Amino acid sequence: MSDPSPPVATGMRRWIVGYLFVAPAVLLMGAGLIYPVVQGLLLSMQDWGVGTPMSTAEFIGADNYLRMLRDENVQESMWVTFKFGFFTITIEMTLGVALALLLEKPIRGASIFRTIFIMPLMISPVVVGLVWRYLFDARAGWINHYMELAGFEPLIWLGEPHLAFFAIVFTDIWQWTPFVFIIVIAGLQALPSEVLEASRIDGANTWQQIFLVKLPMIKSILIIALLLRLIDVFKGLEVMLILTEGGPGLATELLSLHVYKTAFDAQQLGYAAAISVLLLLIVFALSLAILLVSNPMKTRADV
Amino acid sequence: MKSKFRITGLVALAAALALTFSATTLMANPYEKYKGKTLVVSWPSNSHFKKAKQLVAEFTKETGIKVEIDYSQYLKMRNRQLLEMSKKDGDFDVVAWVVMWKGEYVAKGLLTPLSQFFTSPAFVDPNYDIDDIADAYIQNGGIVGGKKGYLPGKSGALYGLPFGAETSILAYRKDVFKKLGLAVPKTYADVRKAAKTIKEKTGMGGLTMRGKTGHQVTAAWLFHAAPMGARVFDDKWQPVFNSPAGVKTAEFLRETVKYGPRGIPSYSYGEASKAFLHGDAAMYIDSLKIAARARDPKQSKVVGKVGYALHPTDVQCGSETGGFAMGIPANSKNKEAAFLFIQWLTSKKADRRIVELGGDPIRISTLTDPVFSKKFPEYPVIAEQLKCADPDWRPLIPEWNELNIKVLGIALHQVLTSDKPIKPILDKAAVKARAVMKREGYYRWQSKSSK
Repeated sequence: MSDPSPPVATGMRRWIVGYLFVAPAVLLMGAGLIYPVVQGLLLSMQDWGVGTPMSTAEFIGADNYLRMLRDENVQESMWVTFKFGFFTITIEMTLGVALALLLEKPIRGASIFRTIFIMPLMISPVVVGLVWRYLFDARAGWINHYMELAGFEPLIWLGEPHLAFFAIVFTDIWQWTPFVFIIVIAGLQALPSEVLEASRIDGANTWQQIFLVKLPMIKSILIIALLLRLIDVFKGLEVMLILTEGGPGLATELLSLHVYKTAFDAQQLGYAAAISVLLLLIVFALSLAILLVSNPMKTRADV
Repeated sequence: MKSKFRITGLVALAAALALTFSATTLMANPYEKYKGKTLVVSWPSNSHFKKAKQLVAEFTKETGIKVEIDYSQYLKMRNRQLLEMSKKDGDFDVVAWVVMWKGEYVAKGLLTPLSQFFTSPAFVDPNYDIDDIADAYIQNGGIVGGKKGYLPGKSGALYGLPFGAETSILAYRKDVFKKLGLAVPKTYADVRKAAKTIKEKTGMGGLTMRGKTGHQVTAAWLFHAAPMGARVFDDKWQPVFNSPAGVKTAEFLRETVKYGPRGIPSYSYGEASKAFLHGDAAMYIDSLKIAARARDPKQSKVVGKVGYALHPTDVQCGSETGGFAMGIPANSKNKEAAFLFIQWLTSKKADRRIVELGGDPIRISTLTDPVFSKKFPEYPVIAEQLKCADPDWRPLIPEWNELNIKVLGIALHQVLTSDKPIKPILDKAAVKARAVMKREGYYRWQSKSSK
């Protein structure tokens, strides 16, 4: 006799079992990710200062958000962040990919170069900030010292808006190009040699191989590298905090540093939370846009 | 509550016993009761407090009260202290605060009034002589709630005692001034002239100064604003840093960059003082801490070449009052022992001892002691300077941090790094400052009719 109910029961059971298996991960995500975000959202609608009990915080609705939309400093800081992101990510991606393509072939000493190139990545951001602060020091820094030896006029690197902006972009490129490099070189080395061989037999020259074969094949990896760098740009603050403290003026005050200063210098935790929500939305929107244009997971499924 | 009763009970008992028995046996050691207890102390990791570590060891040896010091970088200390003091049971029994924070700590109800202990003879050392502590220091670091909330006044109360407090003096290169035939600057006009001459004749920087965006450049403005008669706020909390005197002070900053050592707009306190210690600038007007550093051959290339004079005057005499004071968190569980610790550390004996260890004194008797004056030529200068130290050289209100870093600190840096007219830059900042003050309710008592 054919009974339709057992398959349904197994279906139900499988359904429950499935949820049971993902439950721990969901709970962990909930505790570690969703709870803080929700708390942050709640905080962004309150007026709360450090050192006073949370219970005395005043609920002020959308006031923080309205204030934020009118706040010139937030706009300035957002503009700085976009500018910073544009320069660093463009240059880091280009340089990282170029270096990876160069060092991918078994040339002499490739492993030594590879090790040297990834070293900046291993240094703590605080140390990076300090090292470059001393290098860029106007009076006693190495950079000015050698510029003077070479006959150039020494510059006040961290004291003038354009130069300070250049300094943080340069430092970021120095530290994070290796990250792109590492990811890309891993991708390149995983490429099947048959495809490259086939393209060579078909008469593709080196440039054609790079642009028509290699790069399209590691597109998903490039997207992931881009996404990670983008998120980092919006998160990063340690290096700027130490190198310039956001100055001169607001020239290097990235949005995350602005949040930090609002929270801990001005001690307006609610307002800082509101700006963080804005930060979160921007990163979310940008990530979504990139994924819509090209979703690495989808590409993978196609292959 | 219970423990408070118990303690009052014990004190009463001790008093009763003191009447019956010979006083000397009981009063011989007021620390006895707290022997073996451990105090946790939150201190900044600056040179004075580092050197005081030895003094603390001597305190433990003498009293049997153990002390655990929690050092942190002074700018990061505030968040740490606020966090501990706002908990139900905090870890700190003694905190040292930058004088700027005192108003905020008291407003948030985080500190214990010291009068609680000064009322009880069981705690107060009869030889303490509080009047010997420099008045400017005690008013600036310890008294909260007087005029404007932070100045001396009848509504004020004592919450802390100064330790590692400071004022500003002029340090100058004796050799350079002698070589160029310059007199020691007494006024700001003299400073201007000397800076220009030094830069033009030797290429060396005239006056060094902090100039980095944020609280550093604001500090520089404030140092010179006091003698030039400029203020951040008037008595009704209206921003007046854009007054003619304020603009004149900002102009002086711009000129200092021109005739100073290279890179002033990127200098924080460290870089500004190093420019002087490395011999790249001939004058320094900032914290008196420069003197100890100039003597230390590990930090200084100008040992023996530095002279000290009063902070130059302009329309008036005025120097900074800053540094640290120590008090007791409201949530400490060892308040009595904490008071004894603070009292011991600021006593006459300890004040002399801290000088021997390389720290800074707070007492006039120490500063004017001929033995010390011979060794530390800046001491008589400091003792004289303290007479006109300005307790209102900067507003010590909770909102100051925001105004300092986010409003003035940005506007003044624009002054340093551009040639734009100064007045409009400061006017724009004044609008922002007024908005902050309004938001925080400073104008609530100024009704529309009185405006």
